Amino acid sequence: MSGKPRLTYINGRGRMETIRWLLAAAGVEFEEIFLQSREQLLKLIKDGSLLFQQVPLVEIDGMKLVQTRAILSYIAGKYNLYGKDLKERALIDMYVEGVSDLMQLIFMFPFTPPEAKEKNLASIAEKATERYFPVFEKVLKQHGQDFLVGNRFSWADVQLLEAILAVEEKVPSVLSGFPQLQAFKTKMSNMPTIKKFLQPGSPRKPPPDERYVATVMEIFKL
Amino acid sequence: MAGNPKLHYTRGRGKMESIRWLLAAAGVEFEEEFIEKKEDLEKLRNDGSLLFQQVPMVEIDGMKMVQSRAILCYIAAKYNLYGKDLKERAWIDMYVEGTTDLMAMIMVLPFQAADVKEKNIALVIERATNRYFPVYEKALKDHGQDYLVGNKLSWADIHLLEAILMTEELKSDILSAFPLLQAFKGRMSSVPTIKKFLQPGSQRKPPSDEKSIANVRKIFNM
Repeated sequence: MSGKPRLTYINGRGRMETIRWLLAAAGVEFEEIFLQSREQLLKLIKDGSLLFQQVPLVEIDGMKLVQTRAILSYIAGKYNLYGKDLKERALIDMYVEGVSDLMQLIFMFPFTPPEAKEKNLASIAEKATERYFPVFEKVLKQHGQDFLVGNRFSWADVQLLEAILAVEEKVPSVLSGFPQLQAFKTKMSNMPTIKKFLQPGSPRKPPPDERYVATVMEIFKL
Repeated sequence: MAGNPKLHYTRGRGKMESIRWLLAAAGVEFEEEFIEKKEDLEKLRNDGSLLFQQVPMVEIDGMKMVQSRAILCYIAAKYNLYGKDLKERAWIDMYVEGTTDLMAMIMVLPFQAADVKEKNIALVIERATNRYFPVYEKALKDHGQDYLVGNKLSWADIHLLEAILMTEELKSDILSAFPLLQAFKGRMSSVPTIKKFLQPGSQRKPPSDEKSIANVRKIFNM
């Protein structure tokens, strides 16, 4: 077995995608195990590999890490994407938490019943353009730097880029009122590790489709 | 005005209670400004005090922090309740995410219709007994120490005590199968700062009643 982190999840974005983004942005190669049946999940639970009987699971540095946020924090800390001191960390945490709230809407969207989909899409567009994107637009405008916190690439930048692209998949014109975010998106997308992740053949997963939804329902018995 | 942190929230527990617990356990005095009506929340929003238009908000060290997890992480790190290195932090994060998931289930109960609420109470009890408490019982059993991580009081211990007491409010004998958690509860409740917080007259908030729930619905347009 290599020294690379090993990710266990279904073959789709879900809650693991942000972790894939962060590892890729940090230039860290990783392996993936894809759950294809409920039996596989139950075996992992029986083996005691999943602290709270849930995935994502990331095996890294001799630990079996679970809980998305704990995993992301560890990776950010390990690869110097978490600011230089407590106050920078506080800013990164606030930004990441805000973006996570927006991503939660995206994350739940595939599981919305058909009759509620239009309303939920409108809600995503509204939250993005009125609550979240204006905050980051203002942050970037005020300090005029390339990155959100401390004039240095951090977890916050990665998570914001992921959210921008995810919302754009649903609302293509969502950045039309946000020139700073447009420039941010371009700059981040051109960073070598991220550029690589955005190319075909990378571990990045495609947008959720019906097969993804069916797999999730079956494996997690939703 | 003192240099004490200042908390902005309703008079209830909600997402602020874990922050009150952590500050109190750390021996930090804090002030509270209560949102009693919609206008109070509007004023905070119009003042630009709420980064994502939401509370909790804590004024601390010259920052107006929002997002409960960001606030908790900052307090934990500042007051040395976050482990001694990245790996201990990862364990604390995982444990806290577990108790957060459990308490989140309890937090929403007052807002649910009677039949849904009854079903969910049963689910909380099942999850506490089969998914969450066994993890902490095992952690204490495996290392035989007084605290969950690194043989030292941390955020994880304080959060677990809060979760235990909250779950006991739903089912008073919920710890009957967990002797080590019972001992843990006794020990933690005797820590001087925590003992003080558990006494009448402290800033600990009671479970919500119908009147306060109705008011919360009004304030947040629920």
